Amino acid sequence: MTDLELPDYRHQSDTVRDRFERLKQRPVTMEVKNLTKEFSTRTGSVTALKDINLTIHKREFVCVIGPSGCGKSTLIRILAGLESATSGQVLLNGKEVTKPGPERGMVFQGYTLFPWLTVKENIMFGLIESGQDRGSAEADARQWIDLIGLARFENHYPNQLSGGMKQRVAIARALANQPKILLMDEPFGALDAQTRAKMQAYLMEIWKNIDITIFFITHDLDEAVYLADRILVLKAHPGEVQEIVEVPVPQPRHPGQFLSPEFLATKRHIEQLIHPPAAHGDDDDDKLNMVRMVNVNDDVGSVF
Amino acid sequence: MSLFAVNKPLPPRTRSLVTVLSFVLPLVIWSLVSYVPFIWHPQTLISEPGSVSYFKADMLIDNAIFETELAKARDAGTALPQGSPANPGYLPAPHEVVTALYTAFTTEPTRSSEKWLHESLWSSIEVIFWGFVLSSIIGIPLGIMAGTFDFFSRLFEPFIEFFRYLPAPAFGALAVAILGIYQAPKIAIIFIGTFFQQVLVVANTTRKLDPALLEAGQTLGASNRSLIFRIVIPGILPDLYRDTRILLGWAWTYLIVAELIGTSSGITWFITQQARYKNFDNVFAAIIIIGILGLTIDLLLAWLGRRLFPWQRVNH
Repeated sequence: MTDLELPDYRHQSDTVRDRFERLKQRPVTMEVKNLTKEFSTRTGSVTALKDINLTIHKREFVCVIGPSGCGKSTLIRILAGLESATSGQVLLNGKEVTKPGPERGMVFQGYTLFPWLTVKENIMFGLIESGQDRGSAEADARQWIDLIGLARFENHYPNQLSGGMKQRVAIARALANQPKILLMDEPFGALDAQTRAKMQAYLMEIWKNIDITIFFITHDLDEAVYLADRILVLKAHPGEVQEIVEVPVPQPRHPGQFLSPEFLATKRHIEQLIHPPAAHGDDDDDKLNMVRMVNVNDDVGSVF
Repeated sequence: MSLFAVNKPLPPRTRSLVTVLSFVLPLVIWSLVSYVPFIWHPQTLISEPGSVSYFKADMLIDNAIFETELAKARDAGTALPQGSPANPGYLPAPHEVVTALYTAFTTEPTRSSEKWLHESLWSSIEVIFWGFVLSSIIGIPLGIMAGTFDFFSRLFEPFIEFFRYLPAPAFGALAVAILGIYQAPKIAIIFIGTFFQQVLVVANTTRKLDPALLEAGQTLGASNRSLIFRIVIPGILPDLYRDTRILLGWAWTYLIVAELIGTSSGITWFITQQARYKNFDNVFAAIIIIGILGLTIDLLLAWLGRRLFPWQRVNH
């Protein structure tokens, strides 16, 4: 990778810079202020997240990436209201978040569709909770099913659907409540590569056409750079913001950009943030010590 | 394919064959013991008493005694007793039990105050039914509450955990003192035997519900009430149904003890009565009826379960 001549990831073309200028003028949808989360364990307290600050603007697409143990999932669960912060605040349109609510839709990696409800009934769930009567909830649900292209499957149960279809239903179910922000916790992590690419395209399409802000957790660098306006890079132990990267790849995105210089430059930079090249001494227990255990038959001298 | 492949289903035909074998095997053993004279048969059925004064026709005598008397008679030169090998009265042969299965239903009770077999059976079913239904009406909601809210779990479970180690029959005397001698104390014993297990089992089943479903519900705006009625209950229903089937089996095992309390009644009364008359074929028949009844109900419930929860079937 070092051989490759790449521009500085901070270099933005005029259109991209202009877009970021305008993006920052938009109203603030979600604000995270000095967020800290500590867990108490038997051996004392562990800081999972430390002093996180973040401002998400309306209709912005923010991805979060970081090594395992950086508290990505804890962060999104706090934003959803499923867990409470030790200190600090989360504001949605200026109002503090204290508990889960339909104005913050959530999509989980494990789909979490209700297995006893059909596709249609799953999407109707939140609508009925919000006080709609069955008739209008059903009409709304049908529209969403059409939108995600599952009209043939509206009366199927989740276990009759593929992973990608399930996740489309889960997205529709969250969006049907017309949330202000869609929180997605590694939603495509369990899907195979082709399905994942398709789902990324679907999501971009939805994001373009619906008034929605997206906060998206992933451990896949390509996915983060491809989808996000900005990427929040966390580091582990404790989970802290390492950098907030403005992705210089022009919008609208398309798969052809995967090999563009801006794309690769951003990817390389984040890669270096997450996996710093200088290995520290404390990483030693992560390495295999092959020399001692191998008994090589000399018929094949070297695999290379 | 090997018959003993770990964690692999057998081919369908072999499978049904082995299922049949599961019933045929004990039947074969029973038949062998009953019909093959040199297997077991520790007694002799006297057909001709001969010169032995205390022998009578149709009497069962231990082989050893018969042999001694036979030797004595032979030495004395008197008429020899005759007999054929037989099993003790408490092990009737299969055909005798099958006949008893039929005649038990058609034979009039010995006294007019006594009940026909089918009346006894019905009385047993009533006891089980009410004991189990009462237990479920209270136990299932309590279990669901305890499984959902830590508060109720702490409030109910420690005491119930203690109480379930107290054997239900131990409350027999108390139940009679409070509820009289007829059906009520019997229903109470079934209730006590079922209820405490039921709360704990249902609470555990409830706790096994995927917490992510509850979180998804919360992010969709569900209130606590909705979480229980629209997620917890439908979510655990198939498992709850299975638990109920298993617990119903336990309730049956308490039946015999329950029916001995106060005035003995139901199928238990029939069994003890027949044992007193040494009609062991009838005793076996009654025991088999209980088994058949239990198994039939269970199969019926299993069949119903497959229809009740269509989302558990995968058909792509």
